[in-house]
Amino acid sequence: MPVSVDSAKVRAIAELARLAIPSEAEAVLATELSAVLDLFAALAAAPVDGLAPLAHPGDPTLRLRADLVTETDQHEAFAAVAPAESAGYYLVPKVIE
Amino acid sequence: MPGSLPVMNVGAVEMAIRFGLAVGARVAERSVFERKNYFYPDLPKGYQISQYELPVVVGGGLKVRLDDGSEKFVQLTRAHLEEDAGKSVHDAFHAETGIDLNRAGTPLLEIVSEPVLSSAAEAVAYLKTLHTLVRWLGVSDGNMQEGSFRCDANVSVRRPGEALGTRAEIKNVNSFRFVEKAIDYEVERQIRLIEAGGTVVQETRLFDAHKGETRSMRGKESAHDYRYFPDPDLPPLVIAADDIERARLAMPELPEARRQRYIDSLGLTTYDASLLTSDRVTCDYFEALSSAIPGQPKLCANWVLGEWLGALNAAGQTPEQSPIGAERLGGLLVRIGDGSLSSKMGKQVFEAMWLGDETADAVIERLGLKQVSDSSALAGVIDDIVAANPKQVEQYRGGNDKLLQFFVGQAMKATKGQANPAQLNELLREKLKA
Repeated sequence: MPVSVDSAKVRAIAELARLAIPSEAEAVLATELSAVLDLFAALAAAPVDGLAPLAHPGDPTLRLRADLVTETDQHEAFAAVAPAESAGYYLVPKVIE
Repeated sequence: MPGSLPVMNVGAVEMAIRFGLAVGARVAERSVFERKNYFYPDLPKGYQISQYELPVVVGGGLKVRLDDGSEKFVQLTRAHLEEDAGKSVHDAFHAETGIDLNRAGTPLLEIVSEPVLSSAAEAVAYLKTLHTLVRWLGVSDGNMQEGSFRCDANVSVRRPGEALGTRAEIKNVNSFRFVEKAIDYEVERQIRLIEAGGTVVQETRLFDAHKGETRSMRGKESAHDYRYFPDPDLPPLVIAADDIERARLAMPELPEARRQRYIDSLGLTTYDASLLTSDRVTCDYFEALSSAIPGQPKLCANWVLGEWLGALNAAGQTPEQSPIGAERLGGLLVRIGDGSLSSKMGKQVFEAMWLGDETADAVIERLGLKQVSDSSALAGVIDDIVAANPKQVEQYRGGNDKLLQFFVGQAMKATKGQANPAQLNELLREKLKA
């Protein structure tokens, strides 16, 4: 079976998922992820013409809730356990320059 | 919260249907929620619930009037329901970004237009039309400062005749003025970049209102790989045809239709009709007022757009906060319409009404302001004035027409300003002719 995920792809996926991957693990992960994709490739060979995608098995439909306020204001309780908070804002390291 | 599952609010779905119908779009009987995956501090769970391939509203469009009076049809791509993220504040804290999660998870209707707007001014005209419409429909209160209505502007440049260039997206701009400034800045930036031999990168940018410039927000291009997939927590949203039909029947008359009706049936100017229909509360006020005094739409429009809005502005109040209801103002306009009050007196009565809760008639009575339109009463006054000013009468009869104003002034003084000016002029001319 060809390896469809290479080390560069592993690094890109890790970055998107915000995962730290040691470089020595990249080759192993590439092989394992390729095997997963190969399985999907095998599944893709099944004849599904005329079938709608089945993202939600059983064809359920969305239940809606009434437009009512159900949450109470718990800001103070949440703020109390936040690592950093000021003037009603949770503080995080600056995300733009 | 850990362990909690999302549940869609029926009110948001109803608003999406209403909006779809208002812009002539197709309201999808089946739409699907997907996960849009990305990391940003204002989205703590790492993905946003949104719609992608199958949105709730498909197509539609909006007629937009531009500053030069021309009209442009703005084709919409779609409108999809999603959850709002939190709000990031980048400039209030030193070396830190502040995150307000109060609105995180609340429903948001994102309206996407086709790339048909060709200037910042057109974009603002489109946004203003949209703003009027969503407030009109009750879909949003339109409060831009609070973020209830905001704009992500995708900006690209191209040489004439060429295909659209690579776009940069300016996120979360929250005032019409900033939208215009941000787009103008971004257009300039891209042109300078390309002319210097550079290439525009597809990225998300932020408008810095203090510096009047846009700057890169997320930086890494890989952040744009959102890896959409159907959200397993949320089955497809199915809207029954009956529900769409019920919403259609409950739709209010839309601003554009009302504007046209004001011009065609009521004979209002395009300018007045456009102003009246730019805000639903104002427009409904005008409707109530003009049904209180039928046949006088122009008088009603003048008062709504003149005295009434002027007084609200001066008091720093919104139309909702008007201390004078349409019925009470109607009582005043009836007196102006039937000649009991001059328009100058009307303004005086209006001011008194604004400060209290008296009816127009009560104010007129209290201030003794009735306009004298009784010919015999005015004739007596005129006789006295003519008798008291023989020299002026002689000069007038000798050809000095300007002296008519002198007599009008004398009569107004004698009647304490309550004479009907048109009638007074006519009677004076008649008398002095002899």
